[in-house]
Amino acid sequence: MKRTEPFEMYQPTSLKEASRLLKEKGPGGRFLAGGTDLVIAMKEKGLVPKYVVDLKRLPGLTGIHENKDGRITIGALTTMREIETSPVLTKKYPFLCQSAAEVGSIQIRNRATVGGNMSNATPSADVAPSLIALQAKTTIASAAGERTVALEEFFRGPGQNVMSTDEILTEVTIPKTSSRLVGEYIKFSPREMMDLAYVGVAVVYTLGEKEKTCEAVHIVLGAVAPTPIRAKKAEDALEGQILSEALAEKVGALAAEEAKPISDVRSSAEYRRAMVGAMTKRALLNAAVGPAKSWVERRDRRY
Amino acid sequence: MNQKIQFTLNGKSTTMEAPTHRLLLDLLRDEIGLTGTKEGCGTGDCGACTVLMNGKPVNSCLVLSGELEGASIVTIEGLKIGPELDAVQNAFVRDGGAQCGYCTPGMLMMSKALLDENSNPTEDDIRFALSGNLCRCTGYAKIIQAVQDAAAMIRSKNVQ
Ligand SMILES: Cc1cc2nc3c(=O)[nH]c(=O)nc-3n(C[C@H](O)[C@H](O)[C@H](O)COP(=O)(O)OP(=O)(O)OC[C@H]3O[C@@H](n4cnc5c(N)ncnc54)[C@H](O)[C@@H]3O)c2cc1C
Ligand code: FES
Ligand code: FES
Repeated sequence: MKRTEPFEMYQPTSLKEASRLLKEKGPGGRFLAGGTDLVIAMKEKGLVPKYVVDLKRLPGLTGIHENKDGRITIGALTTMREIETSPVLTKKYPFLCQSAAEVGSIQIRNRATVGGNMSNATPSADVAPSLIALQAKTTIASAAGERTVALEEFFRGPGQNVMSTDEILTEVTIPKTSSRLVGEYIKFSPREMMDLAYVGVAVVYTLGEKEKTCEAVHIVLGAVAPTPIRAKKAEDALEGQILSEALAEKVGALAAEEAKPISDVRSSAEYRRAMVGAMTKRALLNAAVGPAKSWVERRDRRY
Repeated sequence: MNQKIQFTLNGKSTTMEAPTHRLLLDLLRDEIGLTGTKEGCGTGDCGACTVLMNGKPVNSCLVLSGELEGASIVTIEGLKIGPELDAVQNAFVRDGGAQCGYCTPGMLMMSKALLDENSNPTEDDIRFALSGNLCRCTGYAKIIQAVQDAAAMIRSKNVQ
């Protein structure tokens, strides 16, 4: 296996220092979080950054906080393993923990961060669909100040996002949600573990108080377009309706129409499209039943 | 770029100069001479290079030396305390959990991390924990058996 070319590495301890560094060193630098995408790019794709700025000494970018107003903030450096095992998230959004648990192995998840998963902007990024379905917002900081961008607007294409090279993703915020919210994330890949999603589907909806109508429906697809996308026609078809197997099938078919998959080494576009339909249907029905109790159940109830 | 780094390696405080871009795997094997940690794939897929970093299993083929300041690293060489093999090592030996042995250091480090958190894992728990560790020889059955036996040893020791 190839080795990384030499590069300079800096470890700023404040955002100010980080932006000063970037200004001083100029273009060609890369931020480092967990390195599970960056080091791979250096080893496999021959990426030679002019310099690397390690973000891990910056204060305040880690941890999952439940705010008094019900919002949950997740620091950009929070690892996938922390999300997977977070008591707060397990209680409120078990499907989000599920999506984090789908990333690589425990070794990878101890390093891989949510900020890196978003910033790297791979269409198959596993935590993106669930976070978009929860209407999460990103906070982006630079010397010029801070701005907020809805995660739905954050991705621009494979490997492309809205940040300029001197901006740092600092946190992801989930707005307050109803206690009747349910959801599910299904990663579909024929290899059970250690494979990227052929198709990822996150569904989130709120069950009506009296009748079990589905409200505020969000259906987000991963790996079947240049960025994660919402299947809005499918969402509309379910909005205000009571879920049935027949309706889930119909909503799945609409989501399949909205997907824009490509054919690649993993799968043909046709297969991906068919799987979007099947997995959307499953995800909607599974969400109504409640979270899976084990990874085996999570695996088996996709079919 | 060379950097002076200070970190704890298998319980001992270590200070050395290392290029920041050097992989932890290479630092351990080529500069420190601890060759127990293996390279299988170099891309985070096989787990042969697993070490504990601040108590958590990570792939040393994806960690840069520049990130080590203040960290605590435990490698397969640090698993045994004194003359006694760790419970997982004993169980792998007894149950034939190794054949060619190439994946074994990674398997042991990952099993150790699992048992530190959960000394009564089910077979499914073990399969989940070891899903990032590939073995091309044993067929996994004996590895899983060994982890279960190690867990039993640990539990009976805790009772005494
Ligand atoms: C073996 C293996 C299996 C994998 N399996 C999966 C999988 O199943 N699903 C999946 O989704 N991914 C998978 N990945 C990809 C990767 O682990 C994830 O995308 C991970 O979340 C990346 O996070 P990181 O912290 O390691 O990012 P890094 O590698 O540190 O950074 C990635 C990119 O984002 C930039 N960046 C990082 N943090 C910030 C920030 N806060 N602000 C601005 N820019 C930033 C970096 O400059 C870099 O360009 C896998 C990787 C490996 C090696
Ligand atoms: S060598 Fe590190 S995971 Fe294979
Ligand atoms: S014993 Fe040979 S690879 Fe596992």
